[in-house]
Amino acid sequence: MTQQLLNAIFIGSIYALFAVGYTLVFGVLDVLNLAHSAVFMLGAVVAYSLVALHGTPFLPAAAVAITACGLLGLVIEFVALRPLRRRGAPPIAALISTIGLALIFVAIVEQAKPGSRFEWLWRDGANSVKFPAGSVPNATYHVAGLTLESTKLAILLISILLMLLLGYVIRYTQVGRGIRAVAENPRAARLLGINVDRLIALTLVISSALGGLAGILFGVALGDISPYIGRDQVELRGLAVIVLGGMGSIPGAVIGGYLLGLIEVLALLIFGTNVRAGVAFLALFLVLVLRPQGLFGARLRERL
Amino acid sequence: MDFFIQLFTDPLGFYSSHQLLVGQIGVNSLLAISIFVTLYSGQLTLANVGFMAIGGYTSVIMSLHLPTPLVVDILAGTLLAGAVGFVVGLPVLRLRGVFLAIATIGFGEALRFGVLLNLDITGRGQGLTNTSADPTGGILPVWISVVVLAYVFWRLTGTKLGQAWAAIREDELAAASQGINVPANKMVAFVIGALLAGYAGALDAHLNFFIDPTEYAFNRAVAVLIFAVVGGVTSVFGPIVGAIFLTALPEIIRQAKDYRDVVNGIVLILIIIFRPQGILGRGGLAIIRPRWWPEAWTLGGRRAAPQP
Repeated sequence: MTQQLLNAIFIGSIYALFAVGYTLVFGVLDVLNLAHSAVFMLGAVVAYSLVALHGTPFLPAAAVAITACGLLGLVIEFVALRPLRRRGAPPIAALISTIGLALIFVAIVEQAKPGSRFEWLWRDGANSVKFPAGSVPNATYHVAGLTLESTKLAILLISILLMLLLGYVIRYTQVGRGIRAVAENPRAARLLGINVDRLIALTLVISSALGGLAGILFGVALGDISPYIGRDQVELRGLAVIVLGGMGSIPGAVIGGYLLGLIEVLALLIFGTNVRAGVAFLALFLVLVLRPQGLFGARLRERL
Repeated sequence: MDFFIQLFTDPLGFYSSHQLLVGQIGVNSLLAISIFVTLYSGQLTLANVGFMAIGGYTSVIMSLHLPTPLVVDILAGTLLAGAVGFVVGLPVLRLRGVFLAIATIGFGEALRFGVLLNLDITGRGQGLTNTSADPTGGILPVWISVVVLAYVFWRLTGTKLGQAWAAIREDELAAASQGINVPANKMVAFVIGALLAGYAGALDAHLNFFIDPTEYAFNRAVAVLIFAVVGGVTSVFGPIVGAIFLTALPEIIRQAKDYRDVVNGIVLILIIIFRPQGILGRGGLAIIRPRWWPEAWTLGGRRAAPQP
């Protein structure tokens, strides 16, 4: 039971990390960036390819993968978001264009087989792989009858530290004030001399880097890396998380992530495997119907 | 290119070599009509795939276990989807915009994971084999339905009901002040959407020998929404054209066979950037913008107050 609760916390950290990036973009742009799950997947895939195909040690590989994902954030901004903003399209248009990008990213990985154009990135097509044994340093501790793996502890620490750091940046730094100003009112922000486009690009970079990191951690912790992990594992759960916490609220997304991890583990214990995801969506449905502002999100804008 | 050459020079040969595609386009057109109805009344719902699953599973289960004729099975699937739509609509239709979209996604996935994967009668994760399926004979009924329903909903937009929907879409408050019963009209649109999706699901299930829960996943719901967005929602023909275009696209661009989804994605992005009102739309994407959603989000544009 305690072991299961620990698992809930590990998986919850990954959900939270993923959802923080999701909700950051929603808070600033009012856009659901559905390419976020594809970036999550690419984070895991790039780290895996560097480690398994190119023999890079794990930590530098992870750093490169996170940087690459940050750059993908720029791709999302310049290809899918900025052209639409320039044309004054409604946010739903951005929803569709980010779906388009997600389709492209997933298809590129899915079709990468030995001999194809992208074999440097991925060689396993639609199959699921793991990091090669021993490539990720992992010590196991036994404390009071519980099994603790150092990777999972690291995941917990990294997630919490990063989310605290993000909270600090958003709340107390010049950049964070700028981002909040854009979220509040882009026009007024621009009148005050804030470079709105640059801050939005930066928001996308931060969000995508966090998403990529969440993907790497997912790959390490669950040993499941495939072109579909973003779409199947976190896309809808991320939605559930940001709804639970209140759309656009970063603290809400963090708490929502852990809450979803907990709900899922409890459902798994009580009802069995298949019901697990169903319960998550039932919770999502109920929260929306009974408390659409989210469990904690009374004041969306202020919470960012 | 071969696709078009064969379509025009040898329609019969085209039909026999692309039967699966023709049937699929018909079903997708029905789904497009279903999402059109809700979008036209300003409701961004993604529950269609859930209703489709209800229609499909109900009709297949009935044809497997009961001696009823096929028509009754399909009708039962359709009606059950409509009834579930009514029950789900009661709480959900109070939500707007992206919250409505997410709640309806929640419904679809809860149905899939919570019910379809866990009941013996739905075959759990293995799905059901439908021995009474008729992939060839089913195509004509599907296309007759498409034509009839397209005509009905084309005419419907001019009636009092259609105008009420348009009024609600443009401004709920103004519509209510004109004496339009907003909740009732929304509910009618939602239930009609559910009935149509259930019908499409029931027909689809009888075009295939096999149904399983993965067919009714979130991706399919998004695909149906994309039909409407790409085609445009000023009239019922937009989503149908979107469905035809996007369903046939992978066949048309077979040259890029392995990278079909890449081309799909590029086409999607290009259409949304350069023709945001859709292939047929006139009014622009604003037509599916819920009232609370901020006005065009431009740097110089004005932005609506955040919603509670």
